[in-house]
Amino acid sequence: MFLIQCPWCGPRDETEFGYGGEAHIARPAGPETLSDADWADYVFMRKNPKGVHLERWVHRHGCRRWFNMARDTYTHQVLGVYQMGEPPPGPEGGDG
Amino acid sequence: MAERYKQQGALAHLHLAARTAEGPEDASVRLIERPFQGQINLRGEIGDEAFRSAVESVAGLSLPETPNSFLEQAGRRALWLGPNEWLIVLADGEETALAEALRAALAGQHASIAEVGHSRTVIGLAGARAREVLRKGCSLDLHPRAFGPGQCAQTLLARADMILLQADDRPTYEINARRSFADYVWRWLEDAAREYGCALVAE
Repeated sequence: MFLIQCPWCGPRDETEFGYGGEAHIARPAGPETLSDADWADYVFMRKNPKGVHLERWVHRHGCRRWFNMARDTYTHQVLGVYQMGEPPPGPEGGDG
Repeated sequence: MAERYKQQGALAHLHLAARTAEGPEDASVRLIERPFQGQINLRGEIGDEAFRSAVESVAGLSLPETPNSFLEQAGRRALWLGPNEWLIVLADGEETALAEALRAALAGQHASIAEVGHSRTVIGLAGARAREVLRKGCSLDLHPRAFGPGQCAQTLLARADMILLQADDRPTYEINARRSFADYVWRWLEDAAREYGCALVAE
């Protein structure tokens, strides 16, 4: 259990939130030209790091807004939250 | 709109009005159901001057831009629910006319107006120990420095969705519960308040 800083509502209990998986996965521009392997990579393949992970969360029982969060999957430390559509802050910035 | 004489509150089966004499005289928690509020869920871009001025002139309300707060004017309230979402609370029976007026005023704009009052009931919780009762099932920081009169929040009470609102610093809270959760939330509140002495209040 940890406190999550909702970008709108402020600090709230984790139980109010839903997890939406890895962030910054862009839909390929030309899906009809994609190989099966590339399509499978877009649909199924996700990072599973031990360390900093950029992920999507939704404040399900609060304002019902989606946002992005950088979280350390090993320590559970929340390193930051940022709006949908924003590039990730810090050293992960080039990753998006 | 439902025929009003057939309207039944979400807690009608508990016959609360018949139990108002039960509580101790020195009860430090008071519970009341306030069924049948008019409520309108309103969405739109607050930065859009046309939207803001249309709502202000039609509803007679300013929309709060500060998260987790509400504004009250002439018996009507506007609760912040999200960066582009508000709940307008007004007297039962007025919501249909206001919703129609808002639809007319916001025609062609990117906005949404939905009457949602009948999906919820409102439970009033007041008294010296009301905060302790809430703390048993709500993870929100309810200390006066963090949550005071004029503030509202969408959060969980004993794992059920609620919109919590603090009306004054006695403290008096209002809990908006979904109609289908109303029985559970009421029973949970009565149970949680029992140790402090709980009185049911008639409107």
